[in-house]
Amino acid sequence: METLVNRFWKSAPKAALLLSLAAGSALQSCNKTGAGEGGGAAAGLDADAASKVYVAPGKHDELYSFLSGGFNGQVSVYGIPSGRLLKIIPVFSQFPENGYGYNEETKAMLQTSHGFIPWDDLHHPKLSRKDGMTDGRWLFVNGNNTPRVARVDLSTFETVEIMEIPNSAGNHCSPYPTNNNEYVLAGTRFSVPLDMKGGTADVSMEDYKDKFRGSISFIKVDQEKGDMELDFQVLVPGFDYDLANGGKGPSNDWVFFTTYNTEKAGTLKELGASQNDRDYLAAINWKLAAKYAAEGKAKEMPANYYHNKLDHGTHSAKSTIKKKVRYLLPEDCPGMMYLLPAPKSPHGIDVDPTGEFMVVNGKLASTLPVFSFSKMMKAIENKQFDGEKNGIPVLKYEAVLQGEVKEPGLGPLHTEFDGKGNAYSTMFVSSEVVKWSLKDLQVKDRMPVYYSPGHLMIPGGDTREPYGKYLVVMNKITKDRFLPTGPELMHSAQLIDISGDKMKMLLDFPTVAEPHYAQGIKADLIAPKSVKFFKLDENSHPQAAKKESDVSVTRKGNVVTVKMTAIRSHLTPDNIEGIQVGDTVNFHVTNLEQDWDVPHGFAVMGANNAETLIMPGATQSLKWIPKKTGVYPFYCTDFCSALHQEMQGYVRVSPKGSSVPISFSTGKKKPVPPAATASLK
Amino acid sequence: MKVYQKVLMLLAAVSLGLLFLFPMWKIYLKAPQYPEGLELHIWVNKLGGSSEGVLQNFNILNHYIGMAPIHAESFAELKYMPYIVVFFMITGVVVALLGKRKLVLGWTLLLMVGGSVGILDFYLWLVKFGTTLSPEAPIKVPGMTYIPPLLGHKTLLNFEALSLPAWGSLGIALGILLAGLAFFLSRPAVQLPSVARTKTTVS
Ligand SMILES: [Cu+2]
Repeated sequence: METLVNRFWKSAPKAALLLSLAAGSALQSCNKTGAGEGGGAAAGLDADAASKVYVAPGKHDELYSFLSGGFNGQVSVYGIPSGRLLKIIPVFSQFPENGYGYNEETKAMLQTSHGFIPWDDLHHPKLSRKDGMTDGRWLFVNGNNTPRVARVDLSTFETVEIMEIPNSAGNHCSPYPTNNNEYVLAGTRFSVPLDMKGGTADVSMEDYKDKFRGSISFIKVDQEKGDMELDFQVLVPGFDYDLANGGKGPSNDWVFFTTYNTEKAGTLKELGASQNDRDYLAAINWKLAAKYAAEGKAKEMPANYYHNKLDHGTHSAKSTIKKKVRYLLPEDCPGMMYLLPAPKSPHGIDVDPTGEFMVVNGKLASTLPVFSFSKMMKAIENKQFDGEKNGIPVLKYEAVLQGEVKEPGLGPLHTEFDGKGNAYSTMFVSSEVVKWSLKDLQVKDRMPVYYSPGHLMIPGGDTREPYGKYLVVMNKITKDRFLPTGPELMHSAQLIDISGDKMKMLLDFPTVAEPHYAQGIKADLIAPKSVKFFKLDENSHPQAAKKESDVSVTRKGNVVTVKMTAIRSHLTPDNIEGIQVGDTVNFHVTNLEQDWDVPHGFAVMGANNAETLIMPGATQSLKWIPKKTGVYPFYCTDFCSALHQEMQGYVRVSPKGSSVPISFSTGKKKPVPPAATASLK
Repeated sequence: MKVYQKVLMLLAAVSLGLLFLFPMWKIYLKAPQYPEGLELHIWVNKLGGSSEGVLQNFNILNHYIGMAPIHAESFAELKYMPYIVVFFMITGVVVALLGKRKLVLGWTLLLMVGGSVGILDFYLWLVKFGTTLSPEAPIKVPGMTYIPPLLGHKTLLNFEALSLPAWGSLGIALGILLAGLAFFLSRPAVQLPSVARTKTTVS
């Protein structure tokens, strides 16, 4: 068999590739101990998988996908169907690759009321919407640990805004845009004892039941520019709010949140929060909430939270500290909020493309309940209540239930839709994706996945019209999928073809850190608008040197300001003298290039910092405090041209109080001996 | 001259206006690392390109081989050429109004000479830039010069260079063509047949 495969390789490489893949998977079962082979063959592997995911060199993928990085605080961008990694976007993390969070322009992005926090746990990317469809303008993501919501601009793939969320803890059910991007909603996972001054109070855990509260934040989004503003919050009962999703179509005005720990246990939640057979799906009429807030139902309390924005012109971020927040109490706002009983500790809440069905993924439940929006409205109208909780009416389970998917699998977490009347749910415990029909709630197909899937994503699967060709399922554990790399393995995503009746496995690809959720979008909604370089003329950075003659080195006390330029293949100036030990030297480097994909990097020996990578037309600044006398080289870190290695210079550092004056230069013109070239021959 | 012939002459003069609306010449450069290509546009009064940074990117590439940077300021031609074109346009209108055949001929010939001088001048600066290389150039290929093609295609190191006239040049071509047509159509028509007949009888 081996030699046969080899012969195919030689004669017809492509056919052989397909054959060996097929043969490989067939052989796996009888040859599990074979060296260099993974133990797990992909079940349901499409016989033509290779050609379905093959994107020839130089050709582009059909779709962009944005995968959250979880504990790396970043977003990774993959091409679909190839699974090619296209970019890593740092959001809540410092990124040595381009100096984000290290250079002076972007440090402000990571400022919070707790100080500089260069890390967060990024769970959910959500694309901006227009009329219930993704429009490819922005990507909103949440920071789970120190509650923050960020906005990535998809014309530059840069994080341009990060806002801290007050009165929140564990910003998990976040950020969910409404259908026209009017609001991005952010709910707290942990409830905390709010001190009503923007912080948490010093109370005993014994008082959990009485003193802990949750919050749902309504972040208003500027329709043109995308800028965020915390409009108001709804202070909700002290449950844990897990995930959220907005309605659409008939349910357009509503947003739904899953809750757990409705028991309000303060310790050993593993047991304490798993006692009630039913927790709740919280439904909030966001339009009504906004109306109440506008009409003066909102109260105001002191707050203290950071709002950081990157300016396009200066390429620099600035922090603003906000001191107030408005809030609504559900008990004061009739008709704004209802609770729907949902089987045991629900996780994902997903609304189908028509906006009529709400699928609640009860991770500890044995069935998958599907609620009906029209039944919910009728139940509200007929007051079919089952009591109330903290002044919020609880609807009768039977009154709102459309039906239950029987024996869907174990541990349903998330559901997405293909736009053809089917739903796909991940089963964490039984490690599979289950396809079922919204019409009859019957299971239609199952696909085992490796291993323990969390979220899954169908491009546009949470919009009015999903792009029902592919499904990406994100797996938490990746044993045997790739070559071993020590104790820590990459997580994996698996690409499944859902265009036919049966799901077909197409591809495994490793993902960076832990992908929780993803969003996919057709490439032509983003690619044509991609910025290629920044216009130098529009650079309004206060320290920009827009031409080589503008460079300068100036001293004020012990602060030295170096205005520098970079162009293929030199830095100006490339000789600097007069720096003293202990000076604060700010290098402001402007990249004079006006061409695509020609960044220049800048790094200095011994700097307790990172490099900074400067995009064409931009200015970025690196702070350096030399500690010893000597001569320090600096250089361009991004191989930019044939003469990149020559793109370097020196700083001379003299002792403190030295009389060496500040001076700088680049290449004094030397007379060329007239016959130099001839005599060399 | 008949009215329509004067109109043709007038159109010939106006056609030159295309020089202010479009580039005269375009030089395309393409290489594997520049799949999107670089286009240098030569106008009657300025240098430009398919995008703003083109001239800078041309110069960055050229600096490796020691070619002098190309700037609009380096060409006095770009300053006085617009005046020449305006001169031709005004005199063309005057000639059309006067409707004298001889003047039409003179104007056309002068324009032909002007156009040829322009092309020759263009060729000379291509030669000057392609051959006057800095002795300090980082990359020196023995015996290599970098004269871009005046018209058509040429390979320069890893770059494919293509040079073609652009819409602006059409202004000059139309000017010559229309004025020539005005001159030809306004020829005295009566004598020709008799001359022809004489010729046949003689033979
Ligand atoms: Cu460089």
